[in-house]
Amino acid sequence: MEALPTLETARKLGLLAEEYDQICQILGRQPNFNELSIYSVMWSEHCSYKNSILWLKTLPKDSPRMLAKAGEENAGLVDLGDGLACAFKIESHNHPSALEPYQGAATGVGGINRDIFTMGARPIAQLNSLRFGNLATDRTKWIMRGVVKGIGDYGNAFGVPTVGGEVYFDDCYEINPLVNAFSAGIVEVGKVARAISYGVGNPVFIVGSATGKDGIGGAAFASEDISEKSTEKLPAVQVGDPFQEKLLLEATLEVIASGHVVGIQDMGAAGIICSTSEMSAKGEHGMVVWLDKVPTRQPNMKPFEILLSESQERMLVVVEKGHEAVIQAIFDKWDLNCVQIGEVTAGERLHFYMHGQLVADVPAESLVLGGGAPQYQREFKEPAYYQEFKKFDLATVPDVNGPDELRQVARHLLAHPNLCSRAWVYEQYDSMVGTANVNATEPCDAAIVNVKGTNKNLVLTVDCNGRYVKADPEVGCAIAVAEAARNVVCSGGEPVAITNNLNFGNPYLPEVYWQFVGAIKGMSRACLKFSTPVTGGNVSFYNQSVPKNAPASVESAVFPTPTIGMLGLLEGWENKMSLTFKQPGDLIYLIGRPVNDLASSEYLYSYRGVKASPAPAFDLDYEYAVHQVIKALISGKLIRSAHDVADGGLFVAVAESALHGQLGGQLNLAPAGLRHDAFWFGEAQSRVVVTVAPAQQAGFEARLAQLNADWLALGQVTAQPQLTIGHDLILTLAEAAELHLGTLPGYLG
Amino acid sequence: MKFIAEIDVMPQKEILDPQGKAVMLGLKNLGIRNVADVRIGRHITLEMEVDNQAAAEEEAAFACQKLLANLIMEDYTFTVRPA
Amino acid sequence: MKFGIVVFPGSNCDDDMVYTLGQLMGQPTVKLWHKDTHLQGCDWVVLPGGFSYGDYLRSGAIARFSPIMEAVVAHAQAGGPVLGICNGFQILTEAGLLPGALLRNLNRKYVCRNVYLKPVSGRAALTAPLDHQRAYQIPIAHGDGRYYAPPKTLAQLNHNDQILFKYCDAQGQITPEANPNGSAENIAGVCNAAKNVFGMMPHPERAASPLLGNADGRPLLDALLRLQPALVG
Repeated sequence: MEALPTLETARKLGLLAEEYDQICQILGRQPNFNELSIYSVMWSEHCSYKNSILWLKTLPKDSPRMLAKAGEENAGLVDLGDGLACAFKIESHNHPSALEPYQGAATGVGGINRDIFTMGARPIAQLNSLRFGNLATDRTKWIMRGVVKGIGDYGNAFGVPTVGGEVYFDDCYEINPLVNAFSAGIVEVGKVARAISYGVGNPVFIVGSATGKDGIGGAAFASEDISEKSTEKLPAVQVGDPFQEKLLLEATLEVIASGHVVGIQDMGAAGIICSTSEMSAKGEHGMVVWLDKVPTRQPNMKPFEILLSESQERMLVVVEKGHEAVIQAIFDKWDLNCVQIGEVTAGERLHFYMHGQLVADVPAESLVLGGGAPQYQREFKEPAYYQEFKKFDLATVPDVNGPDELRQVARHLLAHPNLCSRAWVYEQYDSMVGTANVNATEPCDAAIVNVKGTNKNLVLTVDCNGRYVKADPEVGCAIAVAEAARNVVCSGGEPVAITNNLNFGNPYLPEVYWQFVGAIKGMSRACLKFSTPVTGGNVSFYNQSVPKNAPASVESAVFPTPTIGMLGLLEGWENKMSLTFKQPGDLIYLIGRPVNDLASSEYLYSYRGVKASPAPAFDLDYEYAVHQVIKALISGKLIRSAHDVADGGLFVAVAESALHGQLGGQLNLAPAGLRHDAFWFGEAQSRVVVTVAPAQQAGFEARLAQLNADWLALGQVTAQPQLTIGHDLILTLAEAAELHLGTLPGYLG
Repeated sequence: MKFIAEIDVMPQKEILDPQGKAVMLGLKNLGIRNVADVRIGRHITLEMEVDNQAAAEEEAAFACQKLLANLIMEDYTFTVRPA
Repeated sequence: MKFGIVVFPGSNCDDDMVYTLGQLMGQPTVKLWHKDTHLQGCDWVVLPGGFSYGDYLRSGAIARFSPIMEAVVAHAQAGGPVLGICNGFQILTEAGLLPGALLRNLNRKYVCRNVYLKPVSGRAALTAPLDHQRAYQIPIAHGDGRYYAPPKTLAQLNHNDQILFKYCDAQGQITPEANPNGSAENIAGVCNAAKNVFGMMPHPERAASPLLGNADGRPLLDALLRLQPALVG
C-alpha cells in the first residue's frame, strides 16, 4: 500500500488547503492520488468556474425560445419554430494557441463542434474571434499564421463552413493571443441528445480516438516532486484530427438517431472524469468504470492519466441495455473505436477500477459545477486608470487640418491592421461548403446561413472591442452586445440570444475582477434590453501579457474581452439586407446622431497616440430605438443597403460599402458645429449608413419623420470610382482597395 | 569539405499522429493487416560545405533545433557523412 | 438520369451534391458507400469534394483503393460517365482515370473564393452546351489544386480538346492574375481522351441556386443531363 498524498501534493496540484479539507470531509477519509487528481481538475477554474459562477448566475437566461438554458446542456438550445432548434456556443483555446498556434487553434475548433453535435445537432456554421499582438513582430506573425491555418485545416476538413469572425491587434495580446471559436448546429426538437446517465445496468461506452497522455493537468503533473510519476514524458501539445472528428460527427448523429442512446457527452477538459461525473450527477445515478478497458495510445498508462487525459475526438455514450450491437455496428461502419468501459449503477458514487482493483471512489455530485464544486466570491476594486481615462479632454486634441490631413487619416485607417480587409484570413477558410451561406457573393454586417430545406436563416455575428471594455467595462460590454444586435438587425435579422466568451486576466487581481464584474453588469443590461438571453459560453481567466511567473497586474492583463456571439433569425429572404452600395445615384444617409466624440476610437488611439480615453458615446435606449428604425426601413423596403458605423467611424463604413459594391461615393461636408475628425472618424455608437433609391427618397424621409428618427443626408453613390468629401477627392477606389487589401498580405505573405 | 546530412523529423512518440493513423486505416482497408502502427515524418537532406565532420554535425543539429523540427511536438535524428 | 454519389470517409460535399442534383434538379440520386462494390444501376457516378482519409498522405491517394473504386473504374472503362469535383478530381487522377496531378497551391495556402471559368472544350459533353464567350463565376475551395501534367500530356490534352475549363478574369481573359493556384495553362478541369470521365477543382454545386446569390454553376450541371450514356465514346 502506497502512502497517501499529503496536503503538500494537493497544493502542487493547484488545490487550496481548505479545498483539501473539504475533500477529506466529502470522502470521510484522506484521498488517494487518483482521487486528489480528480478533485484538482474538476475543481479547477476551467471545469468548476469557481471564481466566476456567482456572477454568471446573475446574467439573464430566460426567453420563450429557450429549450435548454445556460448550464443545462453542453450548449444553449434555442427554438427556431416549426420543430427545429439551434444549438450554439463559443469557447476559447487561448493558452494552447499561445504554445502551439496551429494545434491550439485546430483543437479549439474541434472542441466547440463536439459540444454541438453531442447534442444531436449537425453544425452548419462556424465563426471565430481572434486577438493578436503587434502585427509587425515575428511572434505575432508566427502565431497568426498558425492559428488561421489551424482553424482552416480543421474546419475545412470537418466540412462546416466558416462564415464570419473578427480579428484585432493590440500589444496587450502579444504574449497571450485570444482564440475563440463559435459553432451553431441544427437539431429537431424532441431529438436532442442529453448529457445524462441513468438506468441501472445500462452499458457505458467510450467511442472515437484512443486515449493518450494529452493535456494532463499541465505543469503540476509534470513536477518531479509528485510521487505518482508518469512513466513517460507528458506531451505539451494536443494534436487535432479533423478526419476522425468528421467520422465521429457522422457516427454520433447516426447513433443518436437510432433512439437507443440514454445520454452522450463529448470529452473535453478533464476527459473521462468530467464526462462520467457530470452525466452521473445530472442523472442522479452512479457508475462503475473499468479503466483498463479504455483503448490507449500508449501502453502502461496510469489510472490518473486515463481519467484526466484530454485526448481529442472522443465521446462517452450511455446506451439502453440490450441495444449494444446496434451502436457497435454504427461505429464499426465508420471505422471508429467503440468499447464498453463500464455500466450505470444505483446510488451516486463513481467507482473506477484498474485490473480489478478499486483505484478511485468518489460521489459524482461532489465534483461538479452546481454540486459540490466550490464557488467563490472574489474581491474587486476599481483600478486607478479608470478615473484617469475619464479625464480625457477632447479640446487637447487638434482637429484634422484641412483635406490633406483628412486624406492622411483616411489612408491610415483603411490600411490599419484593425480595420483593413480580412480577406487574407477568411479566404483560407471554406466559407461555402454546405451550400447554405447566403452571403458568399454579397457581404452583410452579419453572416446569414440558411437552414436547409426551410426558409429560416441563422444570422450570426461575433463582436467585442476590448479597448472599449478596458476603458469602461460596463459600457464597453454593453456596446459589444449592442454592436452584435446592430449587425444582426442591419442584415435583416431579429436578435434572439447570445453566447459569451469572457477573456480576462488573473481573477485574483481585484482590479481585473472589477473589469469582469463590470462587464457582466453591462452585458446583463444590454441583453435584457435586446431580449437576448445568455445561453452559455466560456470563461477564460489568466490571460496576462507577462512572461510566466512574472508579477501580474491589471496593466499587464489583456484588454478585458467579453466576446459576444449572437444568434439572430431571418425568416424568408425578403428582408435580407447587405452592406454594399447598389446603384449609382442612390442616396446615402446616416441614421442616428452625429456627435462630437472621439473616445477610444482607432483614430485617437493609433493616429493621435492618445491611449487614455473613456468608452465611446453610448446610450442603450437610444441604440435600441435606432434598431427599431432600421427594422422598419428594411421591412418597408425603403433602403437598399445598411452598414453599421463601427471601428474606424463613418468614413470607414462608407468606404467599405463602396469597395464591396465597386461604386464611388460623393459625400457632403461635416455639418456645422461638429469637428471634422469626430464626424468622420469618431466611434460614437448607434449609427448606421443606409442607401436609398432616388424614387424612394420621399417615402423614406416621411417614414423617418413618422418614426421620429434622427437622420442626416450624407451624399450619393457614384459610378465614378472614387470617394470625395465636398469638392475634395479623398481616395480613388483603386487606391482605397490597395490600402485596404494590401495590409495583411504585406505582413503575412 | 562537402558533407551530407540525412535528417529524419518524426512526431514525438507520445503525440497523436493523425496522418499515420489515417494511412493505417487505409492499409487495413486494403487488406494489409499485419501492420501494428504507422508514423509519418519528414526526411530532409542537407548538403554542406564545412571544415570537418564535427562542424557538419553541429550545423545539422542547429538547423534541426531552430527550424526543421518543432521541438514541442517533433523529435529529430540525423547522420552526417562526407559527400 | 440516376446519379450515384460516392461517400468516402472524409467526403464533405456529398450532401451538397445530393441536394443540388436531387432537390434542386429533380434527379434520382443515391449515395454509394466506399466499402460497397456495385453502383446500383447508376448512369452517372459523381465523386464529391472533401478530405477523403483526411487527405493526409496525398489528396485522394488512399480513397482510390476503396472497394467502390473498382466498380467506378469498370464503369468508366465501359464508357460510363464519371464526374469528380475537387477531392473527387484528385481521386480520379490518383486512380489514373484522368491525366495529370493536383499539387499544393503555388502560395501553399488553402484558398476559398469565387473565381471565373472559361469553357474550353467544344466537344466534351460538360462544356459543349456552354457559352464559350462567357466567364462563369464558380467558387473554389482547396489547398491542393495546382493542375500539373508533363508537357507531352499537356500537348495531348490540347490536341484532343480535353481541357474543360480555364481560370479567367471577370471579362473572360485568361491571365496569370486570374490563376488562383498556379495551375499549368490556367487549367481548372480536364476530361479523359474518351470524354466520359470529367474532373474539375471548382464547385458548380455551390453556385446552383439563386438563393445563394449565384446560379452560374447550374448550366454546368444541366449539361450532365444531356449526356446520353449510350452516346459516350
